[in-house]
Amino acid sequence: MKEEKIELIKDGKRLDGRGFEDLRPIKIEVGVLKRADGSCYFELGNNKALAAVYGPREKHPRHLQDAKTAVVTYRYNMAPFSVDDRKRPGPDRRSVEVSKVSREALDPVILKEYYPKTAIDVYVELLQSDAGTRTAGINAASIALAAAGIPMRDLVSSVAVGKIDGEVVLDLNAVEDNHGEADMPVAMVARTDAITMLQMDGRFTKDEFERGLKLATKACHEIYELQRTALIEKYSESVGKGEE
Amino acid sequence: MYKVVVPGDFISDEVNRAGEGTYVDEGKVYAMHYGIVNDKGEINVVALSGKYVPTNGDIVIGKIVEISFPYWIVDIASPYEARLHNSEFAGTMREKIEFGDMNKYLDLGDLIVAKVLNVDALMRVDLAMKDEFKIGDRGRLIEISHTKVPRVIGRSGSMIKMLKEKCNCFIFIAKNGRIWIKGREADMNLALQVVLIISNEAHTSGLTDRVAHFLDSFKKNREGDRE
Repeated sequence: MKEEKIELIKDGKRLDGRGFEDLRPIKIEVGVLKRADGSCYFELGNNKALAAVYGPREKHPRHLQDAKTAVVTYRYNMAPFSVDDRKRPGPDRRSVEVSKVSREALDPVILKEYYPKTAIDVYVELLQSDAGTRTAGINAASIALAAAGIPMRDLVSSVAVGKIDGEVVLDLNAVEDNHGEADMPVAMVARTDAITMLQMDGRFTKDEFERGLKLATKACHEIYELQRTALIEKYSESVGKGEE
Repeated sequence: MYKVVVPGDFISDEVNRAGEGTYVDEGKVYAMHYGIVNDKGEINVVALSGKYVPTNGDIVIGKIVEISFPYWIVDIASPYEARLHNSEFAGTMREKIEFGDMNKYLDLGDLIVAKVLNVDALMRVDLAMKDEFKIGDRGRLIEISHTKVPRVIGRSGSMIKMLKEKCNCFIFIAKNGRIWIKGREADMNLALQVVLIISNEAHTSGLTDRVAHFLDSFKKNREGDRE
């Protein structure tokens, strides 16, 4: 069976009208879940991620406790209705992997030694997905962790770059991801440009990789500003209410 | 005005003034919490939320959750459970507490006021009794975030003093965010309402005045109803 070739770039624009270096629109809401210690709703185009953080709380079972630091767990889960063809519910090979790399993307910024023997549990649910869900999840989780009052060195920001029709572009959507040549999600600390996650699916030349990474770095800085603003505005909004 | 920061925000170059809630990286002070900068003397970042971690000398309100001779296991609204040795209790009496008798003195679900005697490296928390220790069914207990406790107390106790006077209640605030209120039903309702207001608006300025205003207008309304 030969797949029909889709033209992903027309007149220098992508299918959804974006330029090569444009992010999809982002919407952030902090503190959406009442029962969680920290939470965040994050939209990246058609991706809708909901992150909840619980803890630090007692770690069970006990033998999984660490006497020196807190233990961070991360659960990435896609809702069955989040994609066009219903996804079989529950963890699968892919979501276990995404959970692992996402946890490791956030782990280095969390000051775990302040809460020995405890658990910090992060749950990320994808309500709607359109490629780049792990990056949306990490962005959401990072905000939720801060909102939970967990000591951290920095916020983590994340975005993907890819290659479609031979061009290096930022933040692929599902069509571009499926028919493109490469996809590379990156997570980093905007302040220091330290990379905490980097994966690649497909092929980049060395030059393309470097251009892609540069693009991702720039976009992470943009996302970081949005994350920061969302957290700070959460506050000034309630200050404003109190002042009346 | 309060300055809100997020983790990783640059605060200052004065490394030797770096205090709680901050960290130093390459000669610069950064925020470690999502919180408010306090720039008097030391530079501190006061977190807006987070879990209570006991330190020596804290007065806490705890709930008995388990009896495991010779200890009572106490929930202190923290990731760490605390324990109270029965000799602590027996110290107030002459005889020893025998195995199986511990629930006669403090039973599951009982609330106590206790002092944190010691926290060891493994985060085992030992408690000591306070004079008036057993809360029983007198009054009410509210739980707020421990980060809001300083606000409920106010600068040198101004807020709590006003609350006690205007609500005509006994109010005890423990370090772990639990507050014990004792008084007449209507007074307790008012005190409870006010504490929740303070907790929700803890980060705003001019809070004491606003609470005073709220209490006064409430009183006026109540008197108005009586006439």
